[in-house]
Amino acid sequence: MTAATLETAAATPARRIPMGRAIVYGVVLAIGLVLATAPFLFPDVRSQEVAARICIFIVLVASYDLLIGYTGIVSFAHTMFFGLGAYATAIALKTMGPGFDAILLGGALGVLAALVLAILIGLLSLRVKAIFFAMVTLAAASVMLVLASQLSDFTGGEDGITYDIPRFFAPANKLFEDADGKVVRLFGVALNGRLALYYFVFVTALVLFVLMLRIVRSPLGTVLEAIRENEMRAEAIGYRVVAYRTAIFCIAAVIAAIAGILRAVWLKYTGPEVALSFAIMIDILLMVVIGGMGTIVGAVIGVVIMTLAQFYLKDLMEVAAHATADVPLLPDLLNPERWLLWLGVLFILLVYFFPAGIAGTLIGKGGHK
Amino acid sequence: MKALSANIERFGGVYLLPVALAVIAFVLIAQPSTWVTLTVAGLAMGMMIFLMASGLSLIFGLMDVLNFGHSAFVSFGAFVAASVLAAMASWVHGESAALNLLALMLAIAAATALGAALGWFFERVIVKPVYKDHLRQILITMGALIVAEQLILAIWGGVPIPVPRPRVLEGSVVIGNVAIETYRIFAFVLGALVYAALHLVLNRTRVGLLIRAGVENREMVEALGFRIDRLFIAVFMAGSALAAMGGAMWAGYQSLITPALGAELMILVFIVVIIGGLGSIEGSLLGAIMVGLVANYVAFLFPKMALASNMILMMAILLWRPFGLKPAVKG
Repeated sequence: MTAATLETAAATPARRIPMGRAIVYGVVLAIGLVLATAPFLFPDVRSQEVAARICIFIVLVASYDLLIGYTGIVSFAHTMFFGLGAYATAIALKTMGPGFDAILLGGALGVLAALVLAILIGLLSLRVKAIFFAMVTLAAASVMLVLASQLSDFTGGEDGITYDIPRFFAPANKLFEDADGKVVRLFGVALNGRLALYYFVFVTALVLFVLMLRIVRSPLGTVLEAIRENEMRAEAIGYRVVAYRTAIFCIAAVIAAIAGILRAVWLKYTGPEVALSFAIMIDILLMVVIGGMGTIVGAVIGVVIMTLAQFYLKDLMEVAAHATADVPLLPDLLNPERWLLWLGVLFILLVYFFPAGIAGTLIGKGGHK
Repeated sequence: MKALSANIERFGGVYLLPVALAVIAFVLIAQPSTWVTLTVAGLAMGMMIFLMASGLSLIFGLMDVLNFGHSAFVSFGAFVAASVLAAMASWVHGESAALNLLALMLAIAAATALGAALGWFFERVIVKPVYKDHLRQILITMGALIVAEQLILAIWGGVPIPVPRPRVLEGSVVIGNVAIETYRIFAFVLGALVYAALHLVLNRTRVGLLIRAGVENREMVEALGFRIDRLFIAVFMAGSALAAMGGAMWAGYQSLITPALGAELMILVFIVVIIGGLGSIEGSLLGAIMVGLVANYVAFLFPKMALASNMILMMAILLWRPFGLKPAVKG
């Protein structure tokens, strides 16, 4: 994130950077810095959990933004690709034992499976209307979800799979030892395998994010925006719309699968709830819309807001449910388990009144009509 | 080859597909009684899915609006019917066949009426502001679906609810050595009646003429001075009511319903609409029957494949006809 922001700033020295844009990039830069130093700022386990989740979801949501924001294709199969990456890694780690070879092989297979599936779906249904495509991907994703829970010998069914990850990433692994054989501490934080794992997740996420920023600024990104704005004209100019759409669908699928690998390695557990469920797809949608479609950096803002909201909204609803315990029905609606209800309402209102999202509104571009 | 395809076209074209399916299945199954049972089950299931899918298809055809929240009506219909049937337990389990059926009719009517009312609300509040913007339509109706599902969870709770089945529709009719569940016959007959009614309305009345004209070319109908938006509300309400009716039928068929029902059926409904082609009830009927038959045959022949079968069917048909079998709207 850091590098990308600097690059953008360097590329436009002469132009005055508008206020909104400066705010957005400033916030994103700040979030990037916080994430980069998260293990030192918040040493407790729970915060690291949140930080890693944010890193992984930024990649996932930004790759989804490539589709929905830049190309105008609505896919509901994004968690399917995410899940393919996660499950392939998980199964490899389970069967081959904890090792980097398992992560590499499983991850490669997962990415390959995602790519093949994306090509199939893309070629088959991207030539028709956007709305058709949304339906096809929804059907494909739900079949995948049921498959994952039915093929329980392979995927662990509803319970999912737990496994070990390479010892290098274990908290007991000492990256640096001092004279007494104890682990070296930096600012009071032990330099152990857990830290290495966090930075593995962070750096991979950062690389992918910068790559996506690069993609949307490349000629490919420009063509995609042209297709989004006016498909007929893009076709008439001579761009093969189906090929471009399929290409970006595959790119997004591969990136989502890599995010799935990160998730599997970080959590040491893979199941429908964390890698494949429809709830994740809804999370992704909400994050993209809140952050701002067609901005990529919006993903960062959307993910951070949603992730924090998920932790605090539930607490708030708990309080509200207790406060209204005497009123009929209201406590049921305010039950923390019903938090999706309120997110759904928020989502509808956002799409009505704030379709460009936070980053999109501030930057004053992105999001369309 | 050309002559052959011309002949196929003359005898019904794509409408022969379900027949071909049934014949292939007959050869594979090789037990006539099993085959009859499966076929009837498939037809009944197809008819119920047709109820849910036809509205979605027409709504899209007329106004280019795809309602991802359509399955919410199905769920609401199912749960309302379950509640009504539970409230009238004495009628449902009573000796009198007339009261049995009356209770069921009341349940279905309640579900249908609620579906229409919800449809009106949905169209006015959720869909109207985002006409002609597919991206936001998909997002907003998706959001509405989430809200609706959560409301069902809040009202009826997360546990499966048993649906009492009227006494007269319990059991089976036995013809020779073939046993056919009575409820399936009922479902098939009701579905066929609805199809006939829809077909008559669309093809024999002025409103139907306008709807078909609107599906074909909305702007032209508007230019001729008709208020197509009013027509659209009516179609939307009717479609939602049909979905709720389908949900109510489905609830009686399953006899145990969970809040996940809508989401499960939505996939089938989408597959049906994609196979059939958007905007035509003939396509929806064709798609629904094929999906119902394939689901039942495959579940018997290759149980492991049951799930993927409809997906494969959809893929195969999309490869052959990218717009579905009988689309009323192109592209």
